[in-house]
Amino acid sequence: MRRYLTRKLITYLLAFFVGATIDWGIPHLMPGDPVQLFLSKFDLEPGGYGALYKTMAQAFGTNLPLWDQYWHFWDGLLHGSLGVSIYAFPDQVTTLIFSAIPYTLALLVPAIVLSYLLGNRLGAAAARRKLLDNTLLPAGYIFQAIPYPWLALVLPYLLGEVWHVFPISGAYDEGLLPAFSWTFIASLIDHWFLPFLTVFIVSLGGWAIGMRNLVIYELENDSSRYLRALGGSERLIRRYAYRNASLPQLSGLALQLGVVVGGNIVTEIAFRYPGLGLLIYNAITDEDYFLLQGIFIFIVIGVLLANFIIDLVYISVDPRTRLSMQGAAS
Amino acid sequence: MSDVTASPEAPEPAMAPLPGVPVALPPAASRHRSDLVYYGLRNRKLVVGLAVEALFVLAALFGPVISPDNTTAYYLPHLAPSAQHWLGTDYFGHDVFAQLVVGLRESYLVGALGALCAAFTGMALGFTAGYRGGLLDEVLQMITNIMVMIPSLVLLVVIGAYLKTRGILFEGVFIGLTTWPWVARAVRAQTFTLRSRDFVDLARLSGRRAHSIVIRDIAPNMASYLFLVVVLLFGSSMLLAASYDFLGLGPTNVISLGTMMNQSTQWSALQLHVWWWFVPPGLVLTGMVAALLVANVGLDEIFNPRLREQ
Repeated sequence: MRRYLTRKLITYLLAFFVGATIDWGIPHLMPGDPVQLFLSKFDLEPGGYGALYKTMAQAFGTNLPLWDQYWHFWDGLLHGSLGVSIYAFPDQVTTLIFSAIPYTLALLVPAIVLSYLLGNRLGAAAARRKLLDNTLLPAGYIFQAIPYPWLALVLPYLLGEVWHVFPISGAYDEGLLPAFSWTFIASLIDHWFLPFLTVFIVSLGGWAIGMRNLVIYELENDSSRYLRALGGSERLIRRYAYRNASLPQLSGLALQLGVVVGGNIVTEIAFRYPGLGLLIYNAITDEDYFLLQGIFIFIVIGVLLANFIIDLVYISVDPRTRLSMQGAAS
Repeated sequence: MSDVTASPEAPEPAMAPLPGVPVALPPAASRHRSDLVYYGLRNRKLVVGLAVEALFVLAALFGPVISPDNTTAYYLPHLAPSAQHWLGTDYFGHDVFAQLVVGLRESYLVGALGALCAAFTGMALGFTAGYRGGLLDEVLQMITNIMVMIPSLVLLVVIGAYLKTRGILFEGVFIGLTTWPWVARAVRAQTFTLRSRDFVDLARLSGRRAHSIVIRDIAPNMASYLFLVVVLLFGSSMLLAASYDFLGLGPTNVISLGTMMNQSTQWSALQLHVWWWFVPPGLVLTGMVAALLVANVGLDEIFNPRLREQ
């Protein structure tokens, strides 16, 4: 057990190191110069431009050899600093990230968790029930086959442009300032609903279909047969089947929640929702190394944490895992 | 075989871009080919799914031929659908139907390319990791985990910036080389459960090479599963391509369903209520992928008697 955990821990640390390195490297491979891009937004005299460019490049360290920049990256990271953003200049990367995170979390976590709950219930209910299976499942496949960007066009078109029920862009009314007031919160919820709905709808089908298949396998399992032979009610059998089938679904949920900190770029662009996805997109277009690195670190940690939690959950929930660990400890 | 989920890394249905991957292997009992055909023809899901898919394939093959217009001719902009322009015209005055049938082709191409690349990479790594086990397995799993952490969108932007034009070939291969991790995981988990079986031990004892054991003893026992994986990859690649195209990261030299959606938002089709510009591409893509998924379930039931309706 301890050996298993140490081995896992070492591979996770290694994965963190390699992942962080790659995520540091990718933005640096972009052609172009972030400082130049930043300064091109201002109308500068050639002389002033040269001087300013030199100072900025020095301040950001973009004139250093790559190796030194890499070194600085780790140095800063281990001291808990992610640097200063280039595109939103004097802002700290952490400030930008932490002001975007609430929007992303408030949007994606409810969408994923609610679709998980509802989808799994629906899928489990549909398994081995002809009527539901033939009505619910086809709907599930269609939901799953919808190209997300299209849904993010059609729903705003219908509910926003044609019927004027919901606003279709931004996180709150442009005339409002963030404040803890009724109008602001109402505006937040109003703007939140459509992006939430689109993510919820496209995730629903996958959970339902996955659960339906898993529950069928469980119902065909010897344990279910035995329970039936003992005279267990259909409800009881289904409840056990559901619990057994939840395990792979749970790990899927953990993985999805692990990448939540990366935001959902398509959603946030389509709805101009100021979360991490939109931040990533802006950082890409302005080649903001430091902002990209900062967000990626969060993604790396999120993915690894999710994987680690899955490992632990499996060990604690599923005794068969413990058994196979001892059996196949090669 | 129902305890496939017992492996610590059971295939995670929700992990897949298109979940719903079957979780257990079909019984390894030998079946006759005629059995499969018999059940195949009787399976409504498969027949309906394939029939609808065939319609789309025909449209992709012959659509550009029968379409009365080509994608470059100019008409009045924003014409509503009519007998002359079946799906109207866009902001530039191009015929939408003509673009749609061309876009269909590109979607299928990207889907096929992406599915093949992802299936090949994922299976190669999955088989190796699952069969060899031990340290190599740990290393390959680490690579898989790292792959998940790489933001593919950013990578796409970076690589795309170095290319003069981004074509369908690039997009398909890119999608394939970034979506393989879940295939590798699923194949690894399945291989894990097969590798300690008697017939594999026997093959090993007979001194056969590892790759021949994998190809001749292990892969055939999960052939149906692998086939389903390819079908799912095909659908998810098409959807992913639509997302990339929508963000303006798609092919620069051809029309695809995603680039149509991208163009329509750029030229405010939403605000101008030019619904015939952005509704058809998505609707068609939904149909293409949904038909594929339904056929996939049908196949699943044929390969796997336990899933059949009773």
